[in-house]
Amino acid sequence: MSDVPRDPWKHLRARTPARIALGRTGASLPTREVLSFALAHAQARDAVHARLDRSALAVQMRALGLDTVVAESEARDRATYLRRPDLGRQLDDRSRERIKAAVQNETCDLVLMIGDGLSATAVASHAPALVEAVLLHVNALGLKLGPTVIAESARVALGDEVGELLGARLVAVLIGERPGLTAADSLSVYLTYLPRRGRTDAERNCISNIRPGGLAPEVAAANLAWLVKAALAMQVTGVALKDRSGGGLEGTIGATVLDEPGR
Amino acid sequence: MAYSHTVCGTRYVFPSLKVLLAKASPPRAGDRLAGIAAASAEENVAAKLTLADVSLKAILAEPLILYEDDDVTRLILDRHDTRAFAAIASMTVGEFRDYLLSHATSSETLATLAPAITPEIAAAVSKLMRNQDLILAARKCRVVTRFRNTLGLPGTMAVRLQPNHPTDDLSGITAAIADGLMYGCGDACIGINPASDQPARVEAMLRMLDDLIRRYEIPTQSCVLCHVTTALDLMARGVPTDLVFQSIGGTEATNRSFGITLDLLREANEAARSLRRGTVGENVMYFETGQGSALSAGAHHGVDQQTCEARAYAVARAFDPLLVNTVVGFIGPEYLYDGKEILRAALEDHFCGKLMGLPMGVDVCYTNHAEADQDDMDVVLTALAAAGVTYIMGVPGADDVMLGYQSTSFHDALYVREAFGLKRAPEFEGWLERMAITDAAGQLLLPSPSHRLIAEVQAAANENEHAP
Repeated sequence: MSDVPRDPWKHLRARTPARIALGRTGASLPTREVLSFALAHAQARDAVHARLDRSALAVQMRALGLDTVVAESEARDRATYLRRPDLGRQLDDRSRERIKAAVQNETCDLVLMIGDGLSATAVASHAPALVEAVLLHVNALGLKLGPTVIAESARVALGDEVGELLGARLVAVLIGERPGLTAADSLSVYLTYLPRRGRTDAERNCISNIRPGGLAPEVAAANLAWLVKAALAMQVTGVALKDRSGGGLEGTIGATVLDEPGR
Repeated sequence: MAYSHTVCGTRYVFPSLKVLLAKASPPRAGDRLAGIAAASAEENVAAKLTLADVSLKAILAEPLILYEDDDVTRLILDRHDTRAFAAIASMTVGEFRDYLLSHATSSETLATLAPAITPEIAAAVSKLMRNQDLILAARKCRVVTRFRNTLGLPGTMAVRLQPNHPTDDLSGITAAIADGLMYGCGDACIGINPASDQPARVEAMLRMLDDLIRRYEIPTQSCVLCHVTTALDLMARGVPTDLVFQSIGGTEATNRSFGITLDLLREANEAARSLRRGTVGENVMYFETGQGSALSAGAHHGVDQQTCEARAYAVARAFDPLLVNTVVGFIGPEYLYDGKEILRAALEDHFCGKLMGLPMGVDVCYTNHAEADQDDMDVVLTALAAAGVTYIMGVPGADDVMLGYQSTSFHDALYVREAFGLKRAPEFEGWLERMAITDAAGQLLLPSPSHRLIAEVQAAANENEHAP
């Protein structure tokens, strides 16, 4: 394809995932590098625009013994979703009715909402394994779990209304992160105590970078279980709940993040 | 005060200057999200027609955010140079556009005028300007700043070397710095965004950069882009700090959301100057801005995002910064949707900053959920080079592996130099030649595998690996 050599310091590439020692032809990138970048960007773009196959995911969730409800936000299409984060935080009327109809008890400890966010690819690839790992902890802690909501065109804050309708003490939103060039399939979990419409990001805890090469589902589930237990004991999430579970450096866990998909 | 204009029998009324400016703004996602954009294409042009007849004096007389409510408004009005303003006081916004573009208006005149230009005046006139107007008018503005080299000279463009690493690994950061220097980048500064603001990590980075710059006698400055309070603590403890970085916004409430006040910036500026680490000048502040930050913080007071951005430049110029750059496409498509909106915003921000007297750079960038790609960035970069941008970012392969967005690369800088014949800061250009990285004409030489910089970086990395 292109035999323009890499720069003579290509051995330094072992030190960083950054694109160094690429070589050049004149002032320009070698063909090899132009196309390698284009491929990474194409994959990230496809992840942003991919649609979540909610029925396939629902089948997988039911196989884990969960009751499921499918929902969508007021953002009708991807272009609207990207331009109008406010609409991605509101349930549409039919979804609201479906969720109300699914209420089993007045209250429950935890509701899981799985939303596409900015990477349906991440959700399809990693949400089932994460939920399976989370269920082990839910059972061990003896938590009462509400129905699992699978939502399309979802921002993080959509979980506030979902959790409120289902009478949940906590809602955990599993959602696809904004795809980067190195990873288009990164999943995050946002935990909110006493979910209500109008909660702010400062009132959530986040576990991010759940993907192969990042945080393993089992580790993320253990972190989440620690946060759930602490949140129920302290009756709070967010900046007031500092994570002391010793979350791994390869993932990040904290009260706020710079760029969560629901802002 | 209300403004109105009749277009083909339809009377458009704008109840205030704030509404008028928002409706006159070229279309963009953030103003639509805020619900303040023009409702139709005709209303947008009707607002421009109305704005063209508003006098600069009237703009000065109608603060968009009340003096009592906002310290940025107070800063703008208290520091306004009324003597310099006298030369343009009688003009309308439309006349001011013509004046800026006239051959009779020189670079020297514009430099004298800068302290008379409020952000609202700059924003207003930019809304009547096409992209080519923003390029030609900005080109005329000359802003030169100095610390260990001279930035902003005509015929030059500088590059911030941005060697970020996802876990702040020092040998990884050093490898990216070596790569950037070998590509002739790093005169604006070597500036690391740390993944974590932990003081110990920031300190380790600052010491590493200080060692590097001293060992190779590089005529440039370092910066670790931590919060200003972290930098103040580190300076108090004697950690070698060249530039103090801070993200800033155009309203008091935006700045509060960043955890800063004007007093805090003043304190940091004084602390960094008192270290006297600059060799050719004492501009020590580095600010970043970006359209949409005020709306994102719920702190925009109904002011359109481009005007809010220009107000941030009033904050910046109060502290004589070495570097200011708008991070134009970082915030995402809900504020700037696609390549067209990013291009427009980049040219507006660069123009407004330069007109107000700032050493304006641009982080030409986009995220993967924006409707933009490398071709769009090529256009933005080319337009900014034509406009005389002070500096751009240099990220290995344009892929920032820590911040997760795409910016401009070392290769992009080479492209601009070749297409426009632009040089680096003269002190840095001389250093590259002494280091046998470039020839006398500033062209990159074919690198030798045994180049001192590479050999020593590799040796240092090996040493760290074997350290206990």
